[in-house]
Amino acid sequence: MSFLRHHKKIEVNATLLLVLSLVVVSIGGIVEIAPLFYLENTIEKVKGMRPYSPLELAGRNIYVREGCYVCHSQMIRPLRDEVERYGHYSLAVESIYDHPFQWGSKRTGPDLARVGGRYSDEWHVDHLRNPRDVVPESIMPKYGFMLNKTLDGAHIEAVLVANSRVGVPYTEEMIANAARDFAVQVDPDGDWEEMQARYPGAQVRNFDGQPELTEMDALVAYLQMLGTLVDFSTFTPEASR
Amino acid sequence: MRKPKLSDEDYPTTGHEWDGIREYDKPMPRWWLWTFYATILFALVYVVFYPAIPLVNGATPGVLGWSTRADLAAEVEAVSLRNADIDQRLLDTPIGDLGADPDLTRYATAGGAAVFRTYCSQCHGAGAQGAKGYPNLQDDDWLWGGDLEAIVLTLKHGIRDDGDDDTRFSQMPAFGDILETGEIDALTQYVLSLSGQDHDADLAAAGPVLFEENCASCHGETGLGEREQGAPNLTDAIWLFGGDAETIGHTITFSRYGMMPAWNTRISEAQIKQVAFYVHQLGGGE
Ligand code: HEC
Ligand code: HEC
Ligand code: HEC
Repeated sequence: MSFLRHHKKIEVNATLLLVLSLVVVSIGGIVEIAPLFYLENTIEKVKGMRPYSPLELAGRNIYVREGCYVCHSQMIRPLRDEVERYGHYSLAVESIYDHPFQWGSKRTGPDLARVGGRYSDEWHVDHLRNPRDVVPESIMPKYGFMLNKTLDGAHIEAVLVANSRVGVPYTEEMIANAARDFAVQVDPDGDWEEMQARYPGAQVRNFDGQPELTEMDALVAYLQMLGTLVDFSTFTPEASR
Repeated sequence: MRKPKLSDEDYPTTGHEWDGIREYDKPMPRWWLWTFYATILFALVYVVFYPAIPLVNGATPGVLGWSTRADLAAEVEAVSLRNADIDQRLLDTPIGDLGADPDLTRYATAGGAAVFRTYCSQCHGAGAQGAKGYPNLQDDDWLWGGDLEAIVLTLKHGIRDDGDDDTRFSQMPAFGDILETGEIDALTQYVLSLSGQDHDADLAAAGPVLFEENCASCHGETGLGEREQGAPNLTDAIWLFGGDAETIGHTITFSRYGMMPAWNTRISEAQIKQVAFYVHQLGGGE
């Protein structure tokens, strides 16, 4: 055990101690984290995942800005009670275009990973305006001001570019058409076919029922698509994963 | 035999000395050291039994073959197996006959109440009492029909859910674009009169003709409503959106578009049956 005596050299040399500690910690990190980026069994291949449409992305930014994640998770764990209440457990791939992801760590309110389609647009607007109007027991704050904050989509192109820099595969075509796609998603009478071809399954409606395009439109568009992209009636994840 | 306790003087020092203060070189406490070795041992055992070391295509599965997804599948399977008999009976029994079987009645009511609390209470209220725009399900006033089959159909395909081809659908026009303000005022007063509320009889005088021309096709000649269209009865004291002059005027001007999602993609057929049965027995079932 004479080599242990050399340990003393490390103990008395602060710089060496620091460097070697870093080496040890990075080995741990590399072994634990790096494989997640290449292992096939972390991120399964599924049909249906696509980047957020510009309007949904704007809604997501509002969700992050308002700190909805402080009270709501977006991660259905593979446990029976959660699956029965919220639907199919979340897959890693479902957060692949989330920067940052919204898994959250606290549930003051329910999980929202699959809230899309579960309520009507009207319910969301009523609920966000004053949660107690529809759920008398609710302790969620009011967000009615969003109905008055109009959006013009001026910076939406930049938001797409920023997301593409961190790896979201927005094409040049998507970025060039961002402002148009943004506005047309709340206009059922408009030319939304191209937008929907770029973002399959994007829902086109006047989400907040007002003539103006507001933050409420964007947020509800985002909520209404959460967890709806992967079709679990045709896709069964491998149980062994 | 226990070793006699060493006194401090018996320990060597590290040889460091600061202002006459020296540092003992004592070994680490035994209990600490053994706990430390035990954790290392635990890690080695864990690596053998549980998924641990990342390889090229996946991590080592561990000899127990443990997986959260498989655990979940097994648990769900076990529960559905426990209820398999009664679930099968529930599915095989026509919904109209559930009430004749006390076991099934209890099962459907309890199961239906659980489904209701999870999926329906947010809109219809915890006690199914409803809210503005969300119908009360306890009373015998039905928009689309209150017998079991009608409720099942409503639940399966939803109401005005554009994602479901068989959804219940109708749309009241927004009369603000069609009629003059004076005509809407007349209709508002007339609708008030239909339900026996205070109204301005002079204004309402023009109502019957306007109603006949614009509203009767859906709400019926006498305003009793029409279930094929989901058009509410306007002659009773039960209002979906509100029965005061201002709200009625708003409804006529801008119309309404109550929407309920289809449930057949979200909950199972057995659950739909249970919750339909539950809603039906709340008081207003036909
Ligand atoms: C203080 C904590 C809190 C914050 C912040 C919060 N919520 Fe909630 N939320 C709740 C609670 C509690 C409920 C459950 C009661 C209810 O339905 O209102 C809820 C319910 C919901 C529901 C209904 C979910 C379901 O399945 O029943 C939605 C959708 C929702 N919140 C969206 C949001 C959004 C969007 C934001 C951010 C703008 C937000 N919440 C911020 C606490 C919060
Ligand atoms: C997003 C809110 C929402 C949710 C969640 C919801 N409903 Fe509804 N439901 C409505 C609305 C709105 C109507 C009335 C639609 C209309 O205007 O015709 C309705 C109508 C109904 C009707 C028809 C009533 C009649 O008079 O004919 C039944 C029955 C019903 N709901 C049962 C349920 C059950 C059971 C659930 C849970 C599985 C549920 N609802 C969940 C919003 C909701
Ligand atoms: C195409 C059919 C149709 C026509 C025509 C129609 N309605 Fe309606 N009406 C409906 C439906 C369907 C609803 C329920 C809307 C909902 O549930 O979202 C409704 C709801 C209402 C309500 C709200 C009732 C409540 O309980 O809150 C009033 C009031 C009303 N209509 C009055 C009228 C009047 C007055 C006219 C004529 C000017 C008229 N409607 C013409 C279909 C129609």
